[in-house]
Amino acid sequence: MKADTNEQLLLKGLASNDSRAIETIYKDNFNMVQAFILNNNGSYDDARDIFQEAMITLYEKAQSESFVLTCQIKTYVYSVCRRLWLKRLQQTGRYSNTLDNLDETVPVEEDLEIHEKRNAEFAIMDRALNSLGEPCKSLLEAFYLQKQDMQRIAAAFGYTNADNAKNQKYKCLMRLKKLFFAQYNIGE
Amino acid sequence: MEDILLLETIEKYLSGQMSAEEKRWFEDLRKKTPEIDQMVVEHNMFLHQMDFYADRTALKHTLQHAHQQLLNRGDINEGGTVSAKGRVIQLWNKYRRVTAIAASVGGGIALLISGLVAYFSPVNHSQIQQLSRDIAVIKRNQQYQGNLINEVKGKIPADAKMVGGGTGFLIDPKGYLVTNAHVVRGTSAVVVNSKGDEFKAVIAYTDAEKDIAILKIDDADFKAFRALPYGIRKQTADLGEEIFTLGYPRNEISYNLGYLSARTGFNGDSVSFQLQMSANPGSSGAPVLNKNGEVVGILSTRQATAEGVAFAVKSKNIYQLIDALKKDDTAFQKVKVATHSSLKGMNRTNQVKEMEDYVFLVKAFNKN
Repeated sequence: MKADTNEQLLLKGLASNDSRAIETIYKDNFNMVQAFILNNNGSYDDARDIFQEAMITLYEKAQSESFVLTCQIKTYVYSVCRRLWLKRLQQTGRYSNTLDNLDETVPVEEDLEIHEKRNAEFAIMDRALNSLGEPCKSLLEAFYLQKQDMQRIAAAFGYTNADNAKNQKYKCLMRLKKLFFAQYNIGE
Repeated sequence: MEDILLLETIEKYLSGQMSAEEKRWFEDLRKKTPEIDQMVVEHNMFLHQMDFYADRTALKHTLQHAHQQLLNRGDINEGGTVSAKGRVIQLWNKYRRVTAIAASVGGGIALLISGLVAYFSPVNHSQIQQLSRDIAVIKRNQQYQGNLINEVKGKIPADAKMVGGGTGFLIDPKGYLVTNAHVVRGTSAVVVNSKGDEFKAVIAYTDAEKDIAILKIDDADFKAFRALPYGIRKQTADLGEEIFTLGYPRNEISYNLGYLSARTGFNGDSVSFQLQMSANPGSSGAPVLNKNGEVVGILSTRQATAEGVAFAVKSKNIYQLIDALKKDDTAFQKVKVATHSSLKGMNRTNQVKEMEDYVFLVKAFNKN
């Protein structure tokens, strides 16, 4: 079943980070997932975590060039959440055979593998950035994440000129790269 | 310094900010120097990671924001209490009709329940009628039976005000009578026997709680009896037991028959029991006897809302009262409550005939 045009629009919106599209998808699917999690030994917090994880998976899928969603968003999100929650239950030893197998699902294992890899990368970068300390972290975030220009950064951080800020940024970046690749290569 | 420059150049190259000429020169340099080539590849990959990290962080933030937004609007619910005003209003708009229907159904049910409660709840005390004769009844009887009243006029002081009346019966042949406390509301009383002889009596004791009063005949005309034909029973009578009474609902002694219908009195009152019989004002204080001629109670009240339901104070209360009085008051030391009944085995007509003389009409009055 091919997703209808309305859903295609929503997914396009999701891929381009459109907050209204995200909110619509969220609203349409969250309650279903929450009910599922709550009915299977989960808490409200679990439901929120799992659902947002599924949203990220969908987002990543929507962004990839080869993206084709062959089912409804609902089915996809439910399948991902189901898979994720099953795994979470198994990890925490809470697994019980309460998950009913009667719902329509699509295979999502491949997507989740990619998703997990990206999660790991995210975690490595997160750890690396957080172990940098200040002002390195803020400086790099301002330049690489928020894409501010050096002039503004120098002013905001209180450097006398952009060159000094650049110098400092370079040192910080070297440290970050070292931290990141040390972890990343272990992961490989 | 050189490294910084190199990195800056690489970043410039990767972000596509170089001019065509610069780009050609730099790509030439990459080909010739493997180290720089490697640095470009590595940095490119690193920048991708940074972009991805930024992207993911922003998305997570957007998702959290969306979650909060939907939570505030009530589109999703995490089981918490509804605190946001917007949500309440939204709920109100959504469920207004349902609420209205529920409210009217609830209101209807409330009315129905209160109606049922009012209908089935135990009757209150105003529904109980004391069987003492109020003054209006006595007045009517006086008009009706003028002769009788004239005969007994002498014993009641001329200026005394009648306040009530009922029935009393002897518990001790020397002249001790028992009646209801509510019968002797006044300060003094006279008692009249079935032949119309009148005797002055003093109110020896009243117990409003148990509704028992003890009168002592204090009159030179009164001759003490040798013994009473009936006895006062210490045990409670049994359910379904046939009982009869003699009383003065009018100025003439009258007989009544019934049975014991409940072991407790009105609203579960354990001092009394319930009788099935028609009782009339004036019967208050009448003895309730079983078929053996044993007094089992003192007729006291009836239920106004039910036909033929009357209540009698249990006879064992007489003993309790007398026993208590004997401890406190030497005057009661001589009182000996009759326990033996000589009426056993007699037919009812003879039983009544034997008893008649020991049941008195009580008239209570206030001396001015």
